[in-house]
Amino acid sequence: MARTNYSRTLETNLQNASQHSSHAPGTPEIHVLAVDDSIIDRKVIERLLKTSFYKVTSVDSALRALEVLGIEDGHSPSTANNFEVNMIITDYCMPEMTGYDLLKKVKENAGLKEIPVVIMSSENVPTRIERCLEEGAKEFIIKPVQLEDVKRLGEHIMNAMNKNSGVACSKRKLELEDCQSRKSANRRPHIRGLRVIA
Amino acid sequence: MDVIGRLQRQRTELTQALFKEGLLDEQFTQLQLLQDPNNPDFVAEVVSLFFEDSEKLLDELTRSLEQDPVDYKKVDAYVHQFKGSSSSIGAQRVKNACVIFRTCCEERSQEGCRQALQQVKHEFFLIKSRLEALLQLEQQILAAGGTIPFME
Repeated sequence: MARTNYSRTLETNLQNASQHSSHAPGTPEIHVLAVDDSIIDRKVIERLLKTSFYKVTSVDSALRALEVLGIEDGHSPSTANNFEVNMIITDYCMPEMTGYDLLKKVKENAGLKEIPVVIMSSENVPTRIERCLEEGAKEFIIKPVQLEDVKRLGEHIMNAMNKNSGVACSKRKLELEDCQSRKSANRRPHIRGLRVIA
Repeated sequence: MDVIGRLQRQRTELTQALFKEGLLDEQFTQLQLLQDPNNPDFVAEVVSLFFEDSEKLLDELTRSLEQDPVDYKKVDAYVHQFKGSSSSIGAQRVKNACVIFRTCCEERSQEGCRQALQQVKHEFFLIKSRLEALLQLEQQILAAGGTIPFME
């Protein structure tokens, strides 16, 4: 069951965090999977993510991403998310398999569909953006990705974690409020999904 | 201290000129913001990757335009890549030259593409030499025992 897996994952993360994390004790270890075929963009997104999150895995293709997520062809869904990915941030335009295709595969999988997915693209194509949001992407960020984009992402992760754990942890709530207060007056071009997280 | 002061002034002037002349844009500042004592070589590393990647792309572009007939879709794909990476490091004039190049691809203009490629090469080698000079200055400052202040 996805819910059970996630609760256990959260517990493990919290235990690990208190043992190994350089973050405040009790803060869950957050693992972000970044997908981009550009080596330069991977380097930048990795660094950006590390300013906010503890662990980053970056891969150069959607196919590699599927391997990390444990849903490459042949694997059963029960092995999904062994690496406990809390968020996926992916480029849209990639050879072989696009970020949109990756999004679809994630949302089709019972063990992975709750993972927030964010799409990045250098091109501002409204139909493309709409399609991604309809498929369940939490946000569509126009490249180049900046620090304030990344600071906003924590909110999606916290929402997903709160939803899955079923427990409204006061510390996490505090972090969520903290994320919201960081929103700046000059917003970077990004399109927030219309779905509201329950 | 005088040596460091002089070097830091040079660095400030060089950086300001790069922004003023439009060779660099805000994205480069974003990269500088990401550099800290735990990641002291971040900018140098990204820039280095950009140089390497770009030279490969330029080779591919030159080769692709020499083919007969020209595969404009392929050329456009390379330019798109180059536009992306130059945008990611803040190499504004390279990025702008790529935008023009893409238009020539859309128009399937061989001569237009050739000229656009020349322009992209020109802008790339220009920013490359200026960034190399900047990074070298920073190395000299550090070697002299100074620190690199974040300058806009």
